Amino acid sequence: MLLLALDTATPAVTVALHDGSGVLAESRQVDARRHGELLLPAVDRVLAEAGRKLDAVSDIVVGVGPGPYTGLRVGLVTAATFGAVLGVPVHGLCTLDGLAHASGLTEPFVVATDARRKEVYWARYEPGATPRPATRLTEPAVDRPADIADEVAGVPAVGAGALLYDTVFTGVRRDGPEHQSAAALAALAAQKLAAGEEMLPPQPLYLRRPDAQVPANYKVVTPR
Amino acid sequence: MADSRGGPLVLGIETSCDETGVGIVRGHTLLADAVASSVDEHARFGGVVPEVASRAHLEAMVPTIQRALKDAGVAASDLDGIAVTAGPGLAGALLVGVSAAKAYAYALGKPLYGVNHLASHICVDQLEHGPLPEPTMALLVSGGHSSLLLAPDITSDVRPLGSTIDDAAGEAFDKIARVLHLGFPGGPVIDRYAREGNPDAIRFPRGLTGPRDPVYDFSFSGLKTAVARWIEAKRAAGEEVPVADVSASFQEAVVDVLTRKAVRACKDNGVEHLMIGGGVAANSRLRAMAERRCEDAGITLRVPRPKLCTDNGAMVAALGAEMVARGRAASDWDLSADSSLPVTEPHVPGEAPAAPAGHHHGHDHVHEMSKHNLYS
Ligand SMILES: [Zn+2]
Repeated sequence: MLLLALDTATPAVTVALHDGSGVLAESRQVDARRHGELLLPAVDRVLAEAGRKLDAVSDIVVGVGPGPYTGLRVGLVTAATFGAVLGVPVHGLCTLDGLAHASGLTEPFVVATDARRKEVYWARYEPGATPRPATRLTEPAVDRPADIADEVAGVPAVGAGALLYDTVFTGVRRDGPEHQSAAALAALAAQKLAAGEEMLPPQPLYLRRPDAQVPANYKVVTPR
Repeated sequence: MADSRGGPLVLGIETSCDETGVGIVRGHTLLADAVASSVDEHARFGGVVPEVASRAHLEAMVPTIQRALKDAGVAASDLDGIAVTAGPGLAGALLVGVSAAKAYAYALGKPLYGVNHLASHICVDQLEHGPLPEPTMALLVSGGHSSLLLAPDITSDVRPLGSTIDDAAGEAFDKIARVLHLGFPGGPVIDRYAREGNPDAIRFPRGLTGPRDPVYDFSFSGLKTAVARWIEAKRAAGEEVPVADVSASFQEAVVDVLTRKAVRACKDNGVEHLMIGGGVAANSRLRAMAERRCEDAGITLRVPRPKLCTDNGAMVAALGAEMVARGRAASDWDLSADSSLPVTEPHVPGEAPAAPAGHHHGHDHVHEMSKHNLYS
């Protein structure tokens, strides 16, 4: 088993290679504006560091968001294209699950990332009995921090969204993971594959409708 | 390289606007031209919505690549290179194609060529009429661009002579169609109505054709306003708007200016070939008037078939194949999607090997595509 994991749903552009028992190499860069430039060189670097070639990869793992950035699509289209050329499966994982896996928390907690526009993407988790991964209790959601204050106050929290709105996420763990790590995502995927668990289809979780306005007084009259 | 089989075998990816295009060419021969369009999803908005286009590109990307390979009957491993539109265009839309092209090229171990969308519109004519004459004069007209370009070498030397100072020609068609309640996109429907109308019924203004106006630049904003005012006046007077005559007279004004300036540019620069590309090149009146005026001026007109004039992957592949054939440097893995890539840069060479001589032009930033939603 050789997993190539990547995630560009958040400001982090992260790539990792995992052989089923451990991480062989990882790259993590935080730059919300350069997903497109950074990802492929990072893949190349990670493979070189591990001394492997892309065609040795048996599975692609990709963070499907939720993510506010146009960069989310960079990881997804890269994963889909690799999968098509190599003829290997592409597994989707919720980006928040990667952060949850990296948190190592042993009590119920929440993960929140920055959704911009003064909102967060977030979900609640229950820790797994070691070595099982944490279980996500809620579908990922997008909300204004003030609207979920009662639900998250005092609850242990990780992720850049929790750090950004620490007056709402009052249980935020400053030593917890702030940004996504493809190594954590790969480790989670390796566990799920070993356990024969289903993962998500590699399709984006936008959670928001596209911004678009229908012009006023618009009507279609098609000539014969 | 694959010269023994008729030129380099290149796959091209185009996602600068609302068409997900993947084309495959061998030299000057078109092998596949697969297009998935999100135009229907934009119709109710009356214009291309960037986020809607980007989402559609992501969904369509891999299936469209696979369809193109199947249509062409070639194996991906036989490709000599992967070309992709690096710009200009909608930033988020370009990013999907550039990311896919990089992953595709990397996984196949093939060189990547980030190319210019406008140069691709010109180069596509090689698939229709054989090698481009050097120099070629090009009139590119679509919803995103209206420009006159002089191309002594399509892989390294493309010079902007003029472009629109306000709306693109295709945008004017869309806006007038909207005022007439004819739907989106406006070009085909106005063309259809115009066939029933009298082009001389109403004398609409010809923008930037005065003696002191810039010779090669275009302006369609004043025309658009004049047509809208004329229609509103009719409606205010309680009269029926003669849609066919308005369509024909508006179209005549646009086409008159486009062809007049294009022919003038050929004469002034001693160029004997004019190519017309972009979605508006499908307009039947533009084709007819360009044919007549070029013939009168002794200029050879080259207009590709309509499907090659609108945005497509074959045009990107055509330019990519020319880059390979002429030994131009491939792009690097950190290639950017550049929404305002200058037309003077036919491709985006990587740092590594120096490009051959002949790459020495200025950096006039010609912003050809609007980067924003038409309604923002
Ligand atoms: Zn175009």
